[in-house]
Amino acid sequence: MTRSIYMDYQATTPCDKRVLEEMLPYFCDHFGNPHSISHAMGAQAKEAVEKARSQVSDLIGAADPKEIIFTSGATESNNLAIQGVAHFYKEKGNRIITSEIEHKCVLEAFQAMEREGFDVIRIPVLKNGIIDLQILEEAVNERTILVSVMTVNNEIGTIQPIDEISEICRKKSALFHTDAAQAVGKIKVDASKVDLMSISGHKIYGPKGVGALYVRLKPRVRLSPIFFGGGQERGMRSGTLPTPLCVGLGRACEIARQEMDSENVRLVELKSYFLKKIFDSLEKVYLNGDTEHGIPGCINLSFDGIEGESIMLGMPEVCVSSGSACTSDSLEPSYVLKAISVREDLAHSSLRIGFGRFTTFEEVEYASSKMIEVVNRLRSMSPLWQ
Amino acid sequence: MEYSKEVMDRYNNPKNVGSLDDNDKNVGTSIVGAPSCGDVIKLQIRVDEGGKISEARFKTFGCGAAIASSALITEWIHGKDLDEARGIKNQDVAEYLSLPPVKAHCSVLAEEAVSKAIKNYQDKNRG
Repeated sequence: MTRSIYMDYQATTPCDKRVLEEMLPYFCDHFGNPHSISHAMGAQAKEAVEKARSQVSDLIGAADPKEIIFTSGATESNNLAIQGVAHFYKEKGNRIITSEIEHKCVLEAFQAMEREGFDVIRIPVLKNGIIDLQILEEAVNERTILVSVMTVNNEIGTIQPIDEISEICRKKSALFHTDAAQAVGKIKVDASKVDLMSISGHKIYGPKGVGALYVRLKPRVRLSPIFFGGGQERGMRSGTLPTPLCVGLGRACEIARQEMDSENVRLVELKSYFLKKIFDSLEKVYLNGDTEHGIPGCINLSFDGIEGESIMLGMPEVCVSSGSACTSDSLEPSYVLKAISVREDLAHSSLRIGFGRFTTFEEVEYASSKMIEVVNRLRSMSPLWQ
Repeated sequence: MEYSKEVMDRYNNPKNVGSLDDNDKNVGTSIVGAPSCGDVIKLQIRVDEGGKISEARFKTFGCGAAIASSALITEWIHGKDLDEARGIKNQDVAEYLSLPPVKAHCSVLAEEAVSKAIKNYQDKNRG
């Protein structure tokens, strides 16, 4: 088998070596506790953490680095934002709103809040994966304390109209949280439009196990903490900060900010080449999601007549993922594809192909050729393909 | 999904892929499963004068386990009489292929395909 070709950048990304280099001194040499600032070792770690905080802050356009709270990742950030706001503002209102295509950790957090008695509204999306703004506007009322809508979807890559959602929320003084794990570092995000924003380290070539939550200072957004302890991170997230991981997230954000524009030009070219080749060679392949409002690195395709996992099996050296039930432990296909009204058999026929920083033209060329070969072979074996 | 060598062999080099003429009265055909559920097996048998299955063909829409289950069962029923073929159970298929529990339904579908193809042949030749 040839070397693996990694095309699953929405699942995770490799840690950039420049990021790792920046992190290494903080494991064994500069190991001080960043909260023990009365001695030199602690102060040194504190300085590194604060530099990282600024780097994250710069990437998302926060007004003040203090608005960045380090967490263990986007799952924790999302939980902290949703549970934290719901619990803190429960006297103000009972309604919390999200969309149907959020990441599982957001949907599950909302479900937990629903069990506690909150009035949860889930807004549908249009066929292109964009939230139905009209339904959202009707749902947001004076009792609404939180709206949580992701910036970029992890399966189909569609970008939500953050400015419009922000406007709807502000009219009714509802707080607006966005899970930007798939967006930060890939497209420009603007913290001034939201009240809370979740960020992940390992989706942007940083280390796994670290993320951040942007929490607006002016006007100040309050949260009930999930963890109790030493009161670190302005009392919102207790626990000693993992200095090397924070440093890694910071450097990853810095690199993303510097290279985003040129990288996106490259990814758009790779995506166009890939899609042209697939569509020129195969009939009845459908693009799931929105062609215009999508990030360049995420391609979700359905191959009529064959099932997704069987395609993956035919090209094990090409690492992609599928929305088919057969790749999960449940028997249900992707709820995101269902929400955008993809026919059920086509949901089973879907593949998500993700390009990123280390994807080369040669890899795209190889993967597309291999995919065409496997699809043709499986179609010749399919009772649904005549 | 981590599959056994038996599954991979049949996924990569399946025997008996194809179709038989459904208008032939010696041919029994079944289509089981549903596209919306992610797997469909079309299975056909030709029964010779001695009452044995002389040919078996399949086409499958589904995951690796579904393809391997249908390929394996066509190998197994070849040369058997109808009662023997009906005697092959999904557990035998699942066990031989070492299917994980979440894929057990693929072997159930293969067994169902055989019994419906036999029934179709018998219905065609009744009276």
